[in-house]
Amino acid sequence: MLELRDITAGYDRREPVVRGASLTVAPGEAVGLLGPSGCGKSTLAKVAALLHRPAAGQVVIDGEPVNGWRHAAPRTLRTAVGVVFQQPRLSADPRLRLRELIAEPLRAVGRSRAEAAARALETAEAVGLTGELLGRRPHEVSDGQLQRACLARALVLRPSWLVCDEMTAMLDASTTAALVNVVEDYRREHRAGLLAVGHDRVLLDRWCDRTVEWSRIAQA
Amino acid sequence: MTAPSTDPSPAVGTETPAASSASSASFVALRVLAVRGLSVRFTMRDGRHVAAVDDVTFDLAAGECLALVGESGCGKSVLASALLGLLPANARTAGSAVVDGVELLGAGERTLARTVRGRRIGLVPQSPAAHLTPVRTVGAQLAETVRALTGLRGTDARDAALTAAARAAFPAGHLDRYPHELSGGLAQRAATAIALVGDAPLLLADEPTTGLDRELVDHTADELRRHADEGHAILLITHDLAAAARTADRVAVMYAGRIVEIASAEAFFGSLGPRHPYARGLLNALPEREFAPIPGLPPELGDLPAGCAFAPRCPRADDACTVLPRLAGGVACHHPEDRHA
Repeated sequence: MLELRDITAGYDRREPVVRGASLTVAPGEAVGLLGPSGCGKSTLAKVAALLHRPAAGQVVIDGEPVNGWRHAAPRTLRTAVGVVFQQPRLSADPRLRLRELIAEPLRAVGRSRAEAAARALETAEAVGLTGELLGRRPHEVSDGQLQRACLARALVLRPSWLVCDEMTAMLDASTTAALVNVVEDYRREHRAGLLAVGHDRVLLDRWCDRTVEWSRIAQA
Repeated sequence: MTAPSTDPSPAVGTETPAASSASSASFVALRVLAVRGLSVRFTMRDGRHVAAVDDVTFDLAAGECLALVGESGCGKSVLASALLGLLPANARTAGSAVVDGVELLGAGERTLARTVRGRRIGLVPQSPAAHLTPVRTVGAQLAETVRALTGLRGTDARDAALTAAARAAFPAGHLDRYPHELSGGLAQRAATAIALVGDAPLLLADEPTTGLDRELVDHTADELRRHADEGHAILLITHDLAAAARTADRVAVMYAGRIVEIASAEAFFGSLGPRHPYARGLLNALPEREFAPIPGLPPELGDLPAGCAFAPRCPRADDACTVLPRLAGGVACHHPEDRHA
């Protein structure tokens, strides 16, 4: 289980943007979190992805509370959760070629260059990126292609959990359906849990096992 | 309702020869924009050519909204940049694009700055918060635009700014705010107010709803519709089919730089549906429909297949598709969906 227990989170000493939010994702389960712009759902997504330390409350993975937070949780724990954000142009290092972008998490956890390259290639193929495209840098590909690379990067360490924060908000209908299919194939194969955050009710209802309203899980 | 224009000459009857030759079949009374055979080609550093927009032809009348839809990288935004004269130096254009009597392609910077941008074409930008200057209030930016476009000063300028704000439904009480103090919806209206100052007959909305939540998308779409109903011609460039369905009178689908289908929004989104296999695929990918992606990726614009660019992804493709299909009867396909079952 990925459990968010009574999370309060914010930035600096300002008023917290998330108050008392609780949410659970079971292994293999897809949960959609719906909320309007500015409600704090992206902040909660960052907490779930172990990238943003909550001011209060606990993140618990498979019964183990996440400890040792600095700004983010320790890297060894973070590898359990893959994350994809809304804007691929802000997520992707503009200097890296797509194949380096996808392989980087593997290198960061100490895999050999050869193994990282092979695994990256495999994951890239799963998201529909092949051949010469992988030698390009972010400015040389479309938003859709770059978001595919960002999804591959999130999956390359084979995480047990995936957090998708408005992953498809910038994308056309066909690319949206394609990326959702990639996530679902991955989840079936690895029995991974998903937290999909967004504002598109039709999409999240279609994609997820259940959807919850922001107002139901957090205090106003 | 007449087309608003700062130009004393009427919006019609000032066609170039290129435009008039193709207009005989058209009975549009107040044509604001006439695009004929518009092509944009980039020369890359290694000498290759990339045809980002290829042989695009369409008309747009006052009071009408045309949605230009397609996947990312299909050439929609390059088309917008071509109309505004904002293409990079390695771009070459061909064809003709006449807005309210002015030929845009090949026009000099002076012409574009003095007669086109803001005066004949108002731009409703993709991310209004990034489009506005962060260090000045909305009111100051509106006033600056009024001074630049109308030459009005003092009280008259302030009145004009207030009028533009009111037309964009931007609350006058918020004019002293800075862009970061506005919600996404209000920032969008502020940017729209600036686009309305010059009374441009054509509004160009480039992905105005990207990244907004559904409520704001609907709201922005409805505002654009209202501006169309008030007599503006609107070219809505978007990948958001829901926003297009809500706003547009007609839909043009772009694929690999070409218009592959142009149809009334009623037929396109209604029970008849699109006729081009690509357009059908795009619509079927919506989560409220089949939620099935079109297989494969869009082709590289620098390396297009001979014939129909969609053929490698198309379930209907056969030998005929090695010949480039012309746009005829609103669709460029050798095997379009038959409307008469």
